[in-house]
Parts: sequence; structure tokens; C-alpha cells
Amino acid sequence: MKHLLISALSALVIGASALASPAMAAESGESHVEDIDFSFEGPFGTFDQQQLRRGFQVYREVCSACHGLRYVAFRTLADQGGPMMDPAWVRAYAAEFTVMDKETGEERPGKETDHFPFISGMGMGPDLSLMAKARAGFHGPYGLGINQFFRGIGGPEYIYSVLTGYTGEEKEEAGSYFYGNHTFPGGWIAMPPPLSEDLIEYEDGTPATVEQMAQDVAAYLMWTAEPKLESRKRWGFVAVLMLAVLSTLLYLTNKKLWAPHKGKKFDL
Amino acid sequence: MSGIPHDHYEPKTGFEKWTHKRLPIIGLIYDTIMIPTPKNLNWWWIWGIVLAFCLVLQIVTGIVLVMHYTPHVDLAFASVEHIMRDVNGGYMLRYIHANGASLFFLAVYIHIFRGLYYGSYKAPREITWIIGMIIYLCMMGTAFMGYVLPWGQMSFWGATVITGLFGAIPGIGESIQAWLLGGPAVDNATLNRFFSLHYLLPFVIAALVVVHIWAFHTTGNNNPTGVPVRTGSKAEAEKDTLPFWPYFVIKDLFALAVILLVFAAVVGFMPNYLGHPDNYIEANPLATPAHIVPEWYFLPFYAILRAFTSDVWAVMFVNWITFGIVDAKFFGVLAMFGAILVMALAPWLDTSKVRSGAYRPMFKWWFWLLAIDFMVLMWVGAMPTDGIYPYISLIGATYWFVYFLVILPLLGLIEKPQPMPATIEEDFNHHYDIKSAE
Repeated sequence: MKHLLISALSALVIGASALASPAMAAESGESHVEDIDFSFEGPFGTFDQQQLRRGFQVYREVCSACHGLRYVAFRTLADQGGPMMDPAWVRAYAAEFTVMDKETGEERPGKETDHFPFISGMGMGPDLSLMAKARAGFHGPYGLGINQFFRGIGGPEYIYSVLTGYTGEEKEEAGSYFYGNHTFPGGWIAMPPPLSEDLIEYEDGTPATVEQMAQDVAAYLMWTAEPKLESRKRWGFVAVLMLAVLSTLLYLTNKKLWAPHKGKKFDL
Repeated sequence: MSGIPHDHYEPKTGFEKWTHKRLPIIGLIYDTIMIPTPKNLNWWWIWGIVLAFCLVLQIVTGIVLVMHYTPHVDLAFASVEHIMRDVNGGYMLRYIHANGASLFFLAVYIHIFRGLYYGSYKAPREITWIIGMIIYLCMMGTAFMGYVLPWGQMSFWGATVITGLFGAIPGIGESIQAWLLGGPAVDNATLNRFFSLHYLLPFVIAALVVVHIWAFHTTGNNNPTGVPVRTGSKAEAEKDTLPFWPYFVIKDLFALAVILLVFAAVVGFMPNYLGHPDNYIEANPLATPAHIVPEWYFLPFYAILRAFTSDVWAVMFVNWITFGIVDAKFFGVLAMFGAILVMALAPWLDTSKVRSGAYRPMFKWWFWLLAIDFMVLMWVGAMPTDGIYPYISLIGATYWFVYFLVILPLLGLIEKPQPMPATIEEDFNHHYDIKSAE
């Protein structure tokens, strides 16, 4: 059972102690998913805007050849809590795409309100909009869900580990090529190794190692999967604070109310 | 309403008198809110309020979600993403609604086990208990159909597996399954009817909750001693009770605030922890997920469903005496529903004259074993069906039935109960070290 009943109750206790969400030493025996200390982990974690921009660049220059982002609107690239690209740049970027206008049925240049394209067909990969939430990097131990409680579900880590997990082996099966991968279930993946050293030139000058690009694009895909992550955590923080105040007040009210019946004195 | 003597509503102002003659609604509300409540209720008694809150929370968030959701196989998944990305506060609404179901079930399980420990199901509260069980069944139906609506992989395959259970009924099973699905397989008709029923059932639950409250307001609350409130006179009753408002309202609200604090932390910081990653993949009838796992709150009964495989002698025996009509699959379905049925019959299976488990030295052990059994079943329900797990499922499922069908009837005959306080007042005063009530 990955959903330990009690752990839901102790969420806050642990949550408070795991503020920075320290990467609990990667010692999971069963999977080859590496735990990465992403900036967006833990109750107070936020996206690293520079990393999102780098990840977006990796997606744009590498992944987008075969993978769509059908649920992501171009305009959100300029949103708070995202890569925060310049709105004018976003408009120009959207115009590079050709989209089918739903109302006229004709093709026209993309607008910022349009979505990234949906890519499908032979040799194309799955849509990546929600990939970071649709895969679990961590499991167990013994089906108890403890690893996910401390390290997160591990979607971005899974993406990173697939991208860096190539063994270098290749095989042909029924006319298709498969590539050995430590992380991918079954050990063989249809996607050829997409990243190589200095494949792209980062706009901010960061050295483009495979690990760097894999981490950046994993972070970017976490953003595409959960674009409201930062506001959600802010909501959570305010809600917890307000409920803490309310709980305290109700605790004192309750104590005072019952005191005479319990033969106690109550002074504040 | 209650059989406990207490002050009833007296209309005072002219307006109140005018209204009271025509519609005694203020009196009804007054008597409901001011019901005399055993003053020794402990913290296990707060979950009813949590449940009432959950029902309102789910209905309110659900109604708003419906404004943006589209029940169509081609659009449902995208409309959920639209809620998550474009609707103002939509991500919070959806995460609250999804995790709200978990809070709802956490609360109902604690509520049920509290009733089992303190004998709340016993006379004269059998109807309260039965209504509660019907509410629980409705909750399961509602939650199951709600989980189908986002139209993810687990939605689709969960629906396929669970509706397949009805297909296991001999003879008429396939017709029932097709009738439930609105076709030969889970498809648009299924999604639409599940959406319709997911919207309807919460209001059925709300009506049942009124009856549930009505029933226990008639008998009065149970309490940790199981000793009834003295009803000889108002003065006596007042020594055992305090009015619900403000004493228990404030106490319950405090507990609710603490629970919501934890809930807000889960929703804000780890909203997908209790979900399944596969449900972020759109439903695909051509790709079966590696493991189809129900939500955590269904796992204990899912484990019982899977426990009785064709190599269990009881299954073989039943198969033989029914000339093969009851096969392993149907046996599992019967076991799953039977597990809830035997729990509903607890008032008649428990032969002990002592209500509260607190004074039953042997019962206590068996009860806690049942609680552990429930947790073990929940855990094993999510594990694969090979290795040692089927044996754990079988032992766990068997104990569930043994507890209700053998242990509860027998214990009442052989157990020697411990001395009980004569009155609730005595228990309360002893607890708070109050020397004399006078």
C-alpha cells in the first residue's frame, strides 16, 4: 500500500521537519532512479526561473522534434511562477507555429493563447505535458509509501534518470530499434539517446553537460505538469497558518468553556 | 426529539410565537442543537462533525468543478487539465475535492471503528448503525464513480475491473454489467451515467445523514462507558449530560480545525501523494496499466475480493455444492459484499450485554486485532497477487469474517466483564478527579 493511512495524519509533523526536503540518501535498491535535490521540492520549494528557461531551451531545441505539450498554452510561458519569458518574445515564438483555427477551419500563425502542438504518429513520442506527474520515480519500501513521503513521487527524477540512463546497447526487433536503459521499465526504450555533451548552447552560458540538460528539462516538465505549483504552496502555507491560529483560539475557548465542569480554574 | 428530559423551546417574542404556530422550525433547530449529550464523550466522538463537514466540502467544491468539467470521453481529461491550468483557483478546487475524498474515508473508518469498540451499534441504536452502513455504501459508490470522471488510465481500468465484478454474477451477470455500463464496455455512456450518479448520490447521502442524526437523537448518543444517561428526571439527566451547544460544538470545531490544518498541508504540499501517477495519462482502452490499483480506501475490501482464489478449499467446496454456479470470481464478489454485510449485522451477532469495549477484557484484544487486520488488508490490497501476498490476504479476510461471525457471538457467552461505573457522572468525576458532584 503506497498510501499509509497514518502518514496522512503525520503529514504536517514531517512536513515541518522536511522544510528543505533534504535528499534522503539515495539507497533504494529496486529502481535506478536517482534522487535529485530539485529547487521546487518541499513545502517552500519554488522553481528556479533560470533552470526553467534552460529546460525550455532543451525542450525547444531537442525534445519538441518528437514530443508535444498539448495542454500547455504559449501564454503561460510568461506567467509568474514559470519561466517568465518576455510576453513579446512569447508572441513571436507562438507565431512560428502554424495552427488550425477552430472557428474558421483554416491554418494561421499561432497566437499566445494557442497551445503547444499535439504531436503523434509513427516514430513520435508521448505528449510530455503531464509526464512529470504521470511517472513515479520512487516506491516502497514494502508498498508502504514511505519513500514517496520523504522524497516526493519522483516524476522529474524519473525523467532525469531515463535521459541519463542509457547503457549504450542497441538491439533490433521486428524492424524497430531499441536502446538499453537502466531506468525505463523492461530495460529497453524506443527513444534513441536524445542528449549528448554540448548538444545545445545554453543562452545563459551554463555548460551543456548531459546531466545538466537532463535536470533542466526535468524541471521544465515539472512546471508544464504543475504550472500552479508555487501558488498552490503559498495557498497551503497561508491555510496552515490561519488554521493554526484558529485551532489555538478554539483550543482556548474549549478549555475555558469546560473548565468549570471539570472542576478546574481557567485564567488567561 | 430525544428521550432525555431537557428544556424545550419556548417561543418568546411575538414573531417567534407567530412562526411557531405555523411552522415549528426554530423549535426543531433549537432542540437539535441543544440535545443533552453525555459529558464524558472522548476525542473519538469528533469524527461525526468531520464527516458532516466533508460532505458539505465535497458537494460545494464538486458543484463548482462541474461548472468547468465536460463529461465526454474525448473532452473529460482535457477539461480537468483546463480546470487545473486556466480556471481561477481551479487547481485548489480539484485538489481539495480529490483529497477531500480521502479525508472523508479516513473519517468514516475511524467513526465506524469507534462504533465497533464502544458498542455504539447495540440496542437501541441498531437503526443508526444500519443507516450508517448504507451511507458508507453510498460513499463507496460515489467515490468510485467520481474517480472515473477525470478519465485517466486508472479511471478507465478501475471502472472496467469493478463493473466486471457484476459480470461474475451467474446467469444474469453479463446483462447487469452491460446495463451498468450502458454498453458492452466502459465508454462514453458509462462516463455520462457515472457523472449523473456521482452528482445525485451525495444528496442521497445528505438525506440519509439527516435520518442517521434523527435516529441517534432519538436514542441519545452512546458514550465511552456505554452506560445510558439517567432519564428519571431532568435534574438527574443534567448530571450526566451537557447541551450540544456550546460544549460539544466548540470541542468538535477545535478538533475539526486541527484536522483541517493537516488536510491543508496535504493539499498544499503533497496533493498527489494519495493519487496514482497513471491517472495523469489519458484513458486508453488499448493499453492496460501494469498494475490496476484502487484508491487506498477501497483496498481492504479489494483484498477480500482477491483473497478467495480457486485453490482455497472453501471456494472449492462451495463450487462443488452449488454445482459450479458459484466460482472463485463470484465467491470473491460475495465475500466483498459479505464483509460489509456481516459488519452491518454486528448488532445481532454481538451477544454481550456490556456495551462498551472498555469493560470487556477479552473483546479488547480481538477488536484491536480487527483494526490491525483492516490495516494489513489495506496494505496487501495494493500488493501483487503472487508470493506470500495471497496467503496474507486469505488470513486477513478470514479473520474479518471470524471476528463478526464467531468471536462476537461467542465472547458474550464466555467473557467476564469488568466492573462499570454506575453513571456517566461517576465516570466523568472519576476521570477529572472531582470529589463530589454536589
